[in-house]
Amino acid sequence: MTGRGESAEQEWVDDHAGPVVRPYAVTGGRARPVTGTFDLISLVTATRTDVGSESGLGPEHVAIVGLCQRILSVAEIAAHLDLPVGTVRVLLGDLAARSLVQVREPRATTAGLPDEHVFEAVINGLRAL
Amino acid sequence: MDYGRSERPAGAGPLPTAIKILIAGGFGVGKTTMVGAVSETKPLRTEEVLTETGIGIDDLSGVEEKSTTTVAMDFGRITISDDLVLYLFGTPGQDRFWFVWDELALGALGAVVLADTRRLADCFPSIDYFEGRGTPFVVAVNCFEGAKKFRLDEVQAALDLDPGVPVVLCDARKRESAKEVLITLLEHAMKLREARRRAAGD
Repeated sequence: MTGRGESAEQEWVDDHAGPVVRPYAVTGGRARPVTGTFDLISLVTATRTDVGSESGLGPEHVAIVGLCQRILSVAEIAAHLDLPVGTVRVLLGDLAARSLVQVREPRATTAGLPDEHVFEAVINGLRAL
Repeated sequence: MDYGRSERPAGAGPLPTAIKILIAGGFGVGKTTMVGAVSETKPLRTEEVLTETGIGIDDLSGVEEKSTTTVAMDFGRITISDDLVLYLFGTPGQDRFWFVWDELALGALGAVVLADTRRLADCFPSIDYFEGRGTPFVVAVNCFEGAKKFRLDEVQAALDLDPGVPVVLCDARKRESAKEVLITLLEHAMKLREARRRAAGD
């Protein structure tokens, strides 16, 4: 296939050109976080500016704490680190277990759609863009 | 659920809540384009690595050998206010990744199904999916150049949509147009929510 769609695909790869990661090597072979579920849009913020003295953390853990000096979703962390979401969930579980990050899960979803005021706020917010 | 609330940096407010809207439709219909048109940042790409028989030590062979399947999702972000952040997720193009859709659709405010009138059938699976789940959705016909113009009621009939489902024209490249589509979706979702509540005798 050499269509226009393909060149768009290649752009993405070029943008993120870097070392090929071995996702489960980063987590020591673990597939599940020790704590937490971490939805794609769970919001994460670091509780410290620096974790230099913490032992047992890998460079990816440190990178997450660095990124989460501002509030980011799990999906954004994964995209910025160029790691699969499953891998990032495991790393976030490690950090949450040490209280190095605070996590806000998205609005409770089992009750169906969110409150009316959420819709109104989003509509107004979009109009104001 | 919050973790380590007591360890927040001094002066930081409560974390905002995140919400999401899905952008679905066939391959090449303009999902990522629409995400990019309204997102405050360039669309990002996130990947889920999937295996067929659970996850074991064999997965260390790595994605480069394609022993696993990678599902990519493009997404964008709109900060609505200090306590509300909206994420827009383009759904993975291939229908066999339904379980990824399930995760995406859980808790979504609604979905935009992008349609191309030259390949209308491409959006059938998305429509079937959201109808089946009861996820509020609108159909946005992306106006590609060179595409024959159809009336919206013709599209509605061709898609065999419930008459209540909004069908709108859009240009997925344009911010204003994409905004309008999202607002139409949210207004529709609010109406649907109200109707469901009334039906439940609430």
